[in-house]
Amino acid sequence: MSKPKLAVWKFSSCDGCQLSLLDCEDELLTVASRIEIANFPEASREVIDGPYDLSLVEGSITTPHDLERIKEVRKLSKYLITIGACATAGGIQALKNFKSVKDFISIVYATPDYISSLDKSTAISEHVKVDFELHGCPINKEQLLEVISAFLKGRKPNVFAHSVCLECKLAGNICVMVSHGTACLGPVTHAGCGALCPSYTRGCFGCYGAKENTNTNSLSNRLYQLGVKNQDIMKLFRSYNAYTPDFLKESTRHER
Amino acid sequence: MSDKTIKVDYLARVEGEGGLYIKVRNEKVEEVQLKIFEPPRFFEAFLRGRQFTDVPDITARICGICPVAYQMSAVHAMEDGLGVKVEGQLRELRRLLYCGEWIESHTLHVYMLHAPDFLGYQSSIHMAKDFPDIVKNGLQMKKAGNDIVKLIGGREIHPINVKVGGFYKVPTKKELLALGEKLKAARDTAIETVKWVAKFNFFDFEQKYNYVSLHHDQEYPFNEGRIISSDGLNIAINEYDEHFIEQHVEHSNALHSVLTKDRSNYFVGPLARYNLNFDQLSQATKELAFEVGLSRNCNNPFQRIIIRSLEIFYAFDEALRIIQQYEMPEMAAVKIEPKASTGYGCTEAPRGTIYHRYQIDDEGLILDAKIVPPTSQNQRTIERDLQEFVPKYLSMTEEQLTWHCEHAVRNYDPCISCATHFLKLTLDKQ
Repeated sequence: MSKPKLAVWKFSSCDGCQLSLLDCEDELLTVASRIEIANFPEASREVIDGPYDLSLVEGSITTPHDLERIKEVRKLSKYLITIGACATAGGIQALKNFKSVKDFISIVYATPDYISSLDKSTAISEHVKVDFELHGCPINKEQLLEVISAFLKGRKPNVFAHSVCLECKLAGNICVMVSHGTACLGPVTHAGCGALCPSYTRGCFGCYGAKENTNTNSLSNRLYQLGVKNQDIMKLFRSYNAYTPDFLKESTRHER
Repeated sequence: MSDKTIKVDYLARVEGEGGLYIKVRNEKVEEVQLKIFEPPRFFEAFLRGRQFTDVPDITARICGICPVAYQMSAVHAMEDGLGVKVEGQLRELRRLLYCGEWIESHTLHVYMLHAPDFLGYQSSIHMAKDFPDIVKNGLQMKKAGNDIVKLIGGREIHPINVKVGGFYKVPTKKELLALGEKLKAARDTAIETVKWVAKFNFFDFEQKYNYVSLHHDQEYPFNEGRIISSDGLNIAINEYDEHFIEQHVEHSNALHSVLTKDRSNYFVGPLARYNLNFDQLSQATKELAFEVGLSRNCNNPFQRIIIRSLEIFYAFDEALRIIQQYEMPEMAAVKIEPKASTGYGCTEAPRGTIYHRYQIDDEGLILDAKIVPPTSQNQRTIERDLQEFVPKYLSMTEEQLTWHCEHAVRNYDPCISCATHFLKLTLDKQ
């Protein structure tokens, strides 16, 4: 039986999520023996034509060209999985969505006419059907391996849907918000990092995006009681997953 | 065959999206374009209005391969503006963190992106079929670098423990000693790596370059020093803007950074560091360099794989030195209060000098940001290399020559994901 074919695609991003695959130093050669790495430009010159059994998509859609390209990728892929905050929520570059792109271009570039950029940076799922979204900025590499093997075996990936707050309890951390009054997005953020920031005595800043059924409003009220200013609550929800619907709604409430 | 067009639509084994276009007419190279079509992400624009304390986390997201470099330039720039000096063990821990990034990033390049070019493989996965142990050892060495970043930074990609003023939490001596044990084994692989890559066949391609690097009298440069060049430049970091300028080149690509005085190109990265800072390398690194036949100068860009490997070895030695002398500091960070200021930071990313400048207000909000990544500084030199390289090898088949041109670009380990400055592709069809 021929090996399943894997493709890795990059859109607007920092490369970190696809690097996670190469960061699987202990598992990479095993992975490569079970699947055919058919199209992964960052790792290989060789490109084997599609269709592909599994496509991993990193990055958000920010240009007219990429909008066309993602549709082609979808056509070539049996399963399409988005990896990371850019692909699942538009990423940090979605901060431009709150401003005029024209202003942004003129801040960075000397000759604005040469820039082609859509008004918004958007998630892949806004444009094509996505079979699974793996969150994180960056993603967790163990979760990536789990998702790849689950799809290739036709089962549901075993990726937790609870919050960072729960991971923090499991890690036995002292709550940074209760004991130090530090602003923390742990109660509303998707698990996956292992409650990294609270383990380093800082508040969670939401790398893994909103978990399902969050009560962001209640968290904001508590932050407000702790003395966090409206503007700062807004910025807390506007970082790496600013355009994920729950965070977007909450940050918009604090715009003034 | 005198007329040729070499076109690589999508460069492989580089970080980010780029292409290559070379036009040859009558055995003369008429045009070389390194095309960067990584979409713009506007970091300098959306940093405005953010708190100065958020900047190391935000700028890390410019590049998943060298986030520490962005974090280090950012915190040093902030501390420069606020008149704070981070010293002692906190300073050492920052060097240690940078060692980790150099090791993981350089090893990724040496084993997975560059060595396959010398040995004629499409990728390191292909190479592993014939050289399984070499590739496995390389991966373990990369992992050792990542282990450093993970312990000091919290995680390998986009570390969370770097703070303006120091760290959020510092490791214990015991944690560092355990890390040191892992590094010792990998250090042996680093020696083997230098010896292995030094035996590759190299194109005879000595060039004259104007190298630019940070320089510090007492140490191989990471976070501090003056900016010097082989042409005799010697300036403080806050004078960068007077001497370097970013030019807008119309043929598709990113802003090219050049010297202000004559708009000439320059060269940053491992080769520049080695040539300008050989005296500051550890004794063991110098001896290893001589052992594999190098002198204190190396001007062949293809041999950069040896220099990169030597820097990996140096980083292991430096990491072990820091671990050996480490005493856990009482405070994880120096306390910092914002004030209206402008700060400048320059550090040595794996790929070369990376410059940041920030202006903040009394509340600590960013008013203006400027970031110059290494690859934007090397672009013109990459193109110039190809202009020199292609005419010598026109007798090769088109396929061979294309591969070797890609190889010449990969010499620079271009990281074109650093999308802060990159413009759209304008295809020059003919």
